Amino acid sequence: MEVSGRVWKFGDNVDTDLIIPGQYLTIQDPIELGKHCMEGADRDFASKIKPGDIVVAGHNFGCGSSREHAPLALKSCGVGAVIAASFARIFFRNAINIGLLVLECEEAYRRTNPQDEMLVQPEFGVIKNLTTGEEFRAAPYPPLVAGIVQAGGLVPYVRMRLQGQEK
Amino acid sequence: MGMTITEKILAVHAGKEKVRPGEIVQVRPDLLMTNDISGPIAVDVFKSMGAARVFDPEKVVIVLDHFTPNKDVKAAKSSTKMREFARSQGIVHFYDAGFGIEHVVLPELGLVRPGDLVIGGDSHTVTYGALGAFATGVGSTDLAGAMALGEIWLKVPETIRFEFTGKPSRWIGGKDLILLAIGRIGVSGALYCAMEFGGEAIANLGMDGRFTMCNMAIEAGAKAGIVEPDEKTLAWLNGIRDDISSQTIGLLHSDEDCAYKSVIRFDVSDLEPQVAVPHLPSNVRPVSELKDVEIHQVVIGSCTNGRISDLRAAAEILRGRKVNKWVRTLIVPGSQRVYRQALQEGLVDVFIDSGAIVAAPTCGPCFGGHTGVLDEGERCVSTTNRNFLGRMGHEKSEVYLSGPYVAAASAIAGRIAHPEEV
Repeated sequence: MEVSGRVWKFGDNVDTDLIIPGQYLTIQDPIELGKHCMEGADRDFASKIKPGDIVVAGHNFGCGSSREHAPLALKSCGVGAVIAASFARIFFRNAINIGLLVLECEEAYRRTNPQDEMLVQPEFGVIKNLTTGEEFRAAPYPPLVAGIVQAGGLVPYVRMRLQGQEK
Repeated sequence: MGMTITEKILAVHAGKEKVRPGEIVQVRPDLLMTNDISGPIAVDVFKSMGAARVFDPEKVVIVLDHFTPNKDVKAAKSSTKMREFARSQGIVHFYDAGFGIEHVVLPELGLVRPGDLVIGGDSHTVTYGALGAFATGVGSTDLAGAMALGEIWLKVPETIRFEFTGKPSRWIGGKDLILLAIGRIGVSGALYCAMEFGGEAIANLGMDGRFTMCNMAIEAGAKAGIVEPDEKTLAWLNGIRDDISSQTIGLLHSDEDCAYKSVIRFDVSDLEPQVAVPHLPSNVRPVSELKDVEIHQVVIGSCTNGRISDLRAAAEILRGRKVNKWVRTLIVPGSQRVYRQALQEGLVDVFIDSGAIVAAPTCGPCFGGHTGVLDEGERCVSTTNRNFLGRMGHEKSEVYLSGPYVAAASAIAGRIAHPEEV
């Protein structure tokens, strides 16, 4: 499952209030959430991006609240992957759980420009900047996390375990 | 080699003798908590997982506190969904709108014991570390999985020890100490780590101050904040629950030969009250550098500073004085229990006489949800926990974080002020 698209670049400490401001937290429909994605940082983000586009950011991406609305908004507005120098831990878990591709790679952040074309091959942890020709390796997931990613998120993972309990 | 208190609690809940930082363990939480923001999504996800019943209806706590009392029809629908879930699952600990803010309510009801492991669908779940528990925040899907399985995976965090020495001035509270620490290490300075607070100044700090400190551990990226329980913890729990012995809490401390990632020391003897300026909780300045900052609103409350000690501090400053005509001053008790206590002590009279407004317990103002949303260009001094861009309303509004003394003094002065100025 390759992902490719244009890069939208952000700095350090992109917090969950920027990704989805608090006033929208009564919304639970991912499509509706997607319309307000990144509104705190870039008001027109949701209308500008194309499916598969990639968010590249600095350290501590997704810091702040535990709102799952944040990765849901990114995923449903079409973001194919988020690559960051580092992630806040709750955001990282939430993204893995809902099947939003998140990869940690500081080098990719440092050496990528806005609007570059990028290709991600998550199964190999490979990030290719097609504009500059450079290739990067993302930090590998711990085995348990890789298992959840492979299952397609935590929902199928838990469903499998619950079915196991019944038997 | 010994273990930190955090490692000990995780080991017990993983059914292991020892755990090491970096290790991934499956743990069985003592308590799960959710609200009207993480809850509605968790309920949908729970169903889509094919789960029928929560693992234990006595161990899932639901508090409706964010958009409550219901802000609008959408908020009302979120509340209804949670109410129906609570009813159908037989949830024992369900607390409806206005009862209180989750992180104030759970400790005061005695739902968290020293040594417990608590998972909450809210980032400020870290608050309970003040009782010597391991508590951390997760999102809706993790919470749904834990409700279904009674189990969750966690990576054992490294621990950073924060040692506070010295006797601070009377105007210094837990908020000033935690802002000092976050200012030093930055908003990702404790990413994935546990922040363990100790030293003379923490030993002397009351429980409410310790809740404030652990509450804001997340603002440094931490997985947990924790204070080793002591006689103060025991005294605070006395009357709330009687099954905690000094023997129990005696076991809950970090071993002398444990391995900290680092130890960071602060001498707080001459510390000035601290204020975090926009737009990060780590942009911390001493209050004296900010005296020219005019303000339009003050909020005193939240899971960070909405406890009785915080209201007493605010009342000490506001007693016999008037808030500035152009500063809306909003005081939000953290729970009905805190509210009643404030009434009985005459604090509510002090607030109303000063021109402040006392609102029902809610998270509303802190996250720009409702009750005190800021307009373009407005500045607020707030005892809450985050001053991110647009956090309390318009993207061109500003939030300054402080403790209740500075907030109350600023309400009177109409600008950021040291409590000794008023």
